[in-house]
Amino acid sequence: MPGPIQSIERAAAVLRLLARGSGHHGLTEIADSLGLARGTAHGILRTLQRVEFVEQDHTTGRYRLGAALLHLGTSYLDANELRSRSINWADTLAARSGQEVRIGMHHDGAVLVVHHVFRPDDSVQTLGIGAMLPLHATALGKVLLAYDPDLSAAARRRELTSLTRRTITRTQMLERVLTEVRGQGWAGEAEEYMPGEASIAAPIRIPGGLVVGAIGISGAADRLCDATGRPRATLVRQVVQAADSVTTSLVDEN
Amino acid sequence: MAIDQGTTSTRCIVFDQNARLVAVAQREHRQYHPRPGWVEQDAVEIWRNVDRIVPQALRQAGITAEQVVAMGITNQRETFVLWDRHTGVPIGRAIVWEDIRTEELVARLGEQPGIEEVRERCGLPLATYFSAPSLRWMLDHTAGLRAKAERGDVLFGTMDTWLIWNLTGGVNGGLHVTDVTNASRTMLMNLSTRQWDPMLLEFFGVPASMLPEIRPSTEISGVTTRVVPGISITAALGDQHAALFGQTCFEKGSIKGTYGTGGFLLMNTGTELVRSKHGLLTTIGYQIGGEPAYALEGSIAVAGSLVQWFRDNLGLIHSAPEIETLARTVKDNGGCYIVPAFSGLFAPHWLAQARGLVVGLTSYINKGHLARAVLEATGWQTREVVDAMNADLGAPTPVLKVDGGMTADHLLMQFIADVLDIPVQRPLVAETVSLGAAYAAGLAAGYWPDLEGLRRNWHLAARWNPAMDAGYREAEYANWKRAVELTFAWARSSPST
Repeated sequence: MPGPIQSIERAAAVLRLLARGSGHHGLTEIADSLGLARGTAHGILRTLQRVEFVEQDHTTGRYRLGAALLHLGTSYLDANELRSRSINWADTLAARSGQEVRIGMHHDGAVLVVHHVFRPDDSVQTLGIGAMLPLHATALGKVLLAYDPDLSAAARRRELTSLTRRTITRTQMLERVLTEVRGQGWAGEAEEYMPGEASIAAPIRIPGGLVVGAIGISGAADRLCDATGRPRATLVRQVVQAADSVTTSLVDEN
Repeated sequence: MAIDQGTTSTRCIVFDQNARLVAVAQREHRQYHPRPGWVEQDAVEIWRNVDRIVPQALRQAGITAEQVVAMGITNQRETFVLWDRHTGVPIGRAIVWEDIRTEELVARLGEQPGIEEVRERCGLPLATYFSAPSLRWMLDHTAGLRAKAERGDVLFGTMDTWLIWNLTGGVNGGLHVTDVTNASRTMLMNLSTRQWDPMLLEFFGVPASMLPEIRPSTEISGVTTRVVPGISITAALGDQHAALFGQTCFEKGSIKGTYGTGGFLLMNTGTELVRSKHGLLTTIGYQIGGEPAYALEGSIAVAGSLVQWFRDNLGLIHSAPEIETLARTVKDNGGCYIVPAFSGLFAPHWLAQARGLVVGLTSYINKGHLARAVLEATGWQTREVVDAMNADLGAPTPVLKVDGGMTADHLLMQFIADVLDIPVQRPLVAETVSLGAAYAAGLAAGYWPDLEGLRRNWHLAARWNPAMDAGYREAEYANWKRAVELTFAWARSSPST
């Protein structure tokens, strides 16, 4: 078993220091209190600031605990924030793939569609923002299930509703598929939600790797899948690239 | 390829034939505030940024200069710089459209005979916002400048002109040209002749010798000799005009709305020059070949900046998009309205002394209601401008095409559709300003055959359909109008005016 990681212990000490007394300390105070070199303390504070566990006062330059610590259990990323940050990448994915694009987050045992871009063929389509999709029968949902142990445990306890002939309804089968999703880094689905329709999705992560949502395309099964019924490799690549780009944009702005 | 010389940054974007974005390079430039109300930029810094981002965009796209079909320039409007024709060195900094140093001068000029005639000829109301008053200020406040200008030693240019002159050689034979849309924002161009107007030059005291040649938007006809030599510069357009073009608003009556810090609505009025009776500006939409497309413009001074104010000054949200989350915690505005007349109201009221207010406060109102009122303010201001446009044109527009950062706000876009009672459409390419410049450039170079070819590239990314009850809508609109009237009353009762 590997030994304790020193920088995590030090970060915990910084948080404990900020949690007591005045709650406002300058860099030198923090470094001196913990017996750290200023450079080391600064690095730890910058990292804690990046994950929003620590905030810096703009005028005094002093550090305090971040608001994110108080809401550790609740959703980390605002749904409207995610839409705003990902809008250009979702557009690019729709333009490249020629398919409609959705971004989903988990809400109340289902996929909440937080962003929707029409298929760029100028056919009549309806904006689906705010719609709820089943977790076990869509590519977006499988991604959310695959990276959230609580969610997939809850899914195992519930009955998996059959929507088409191909919907996965057996728990063991779903487990196998989710393991596959984690292995390959994306999820696919063909005619499991609607006959004739397929979808492909990949995870959106925040710094540290936590999955906060999924981005994916959906469309006619014969367009999205090859002759053997597997999602086309070029489309999978485009979806994964879009997910990575959104992930990067979340890192950049934090 | 498009160069978008904006207020805060300059960008170079490469598009392919399907209008898909291939590469983006961007650099910000400094804003100088030497005195309260003054806003300046360093034209040399902006030129150096162009020098860096063009090669960067080519590298990113993995192409050479020979593969660039054409370059189009689009720019922040009204901002201009003066420079020495023989050395290329700017005389002072560029004066930015936000600069209000000419407030007194504008008040004085407004009392001179012929002011009605000025508005008639250039289509614009006298305001600090446009180039001519600031140019006059420079001529009055820089020693020896007027004499040098009259001798032809000094050149004037909006940012398109400055960049084209430098790109095509600078002191070694650089082209001194501008396009009609940029010229239409100076207050010096006659809208009917589309040439510098002697009466306007006389009124503002501007020597003709310093002004660039005015050309149609797609007849710039320059070739770069600097930065990356050998690229044809075929088009130039002001940024809002480029957005109109990029949204393919080619038919008479079509409207685009760009929602960023402010909101800019332009309506194509076709070949007909419509003089607004409802507080809008008359401008040139674009000119492809001989026939210009005229446009009516209505600007909303405060749109996204109200959300920023809500975030930074009230601290009720952490990031701008969270305003939607907060607004959705309540089902309506609870009777609360915010009129963001931070520095007066623009179109269609044009009241510089108006100041903002929050009305309808009761103990019931919480931050969710305020968040709704913030977003609704942009919706109602849009309604006022679109109503004015419809009244001027005599026909209702069927749809509003939107772009800009605020289109990510789902609640706002639905609200705009609801209060206008027409569908709101967002195109797949969000970069409509750059795309418009690239379109104009590609059209001039024959890369795209005609306007129809461009229209085929426009794809719908989202559409919000109106869903508000008519009675509720009109009752809310009446409340908004009453709130706006209260800002007038506040302005009238202010002791300083």
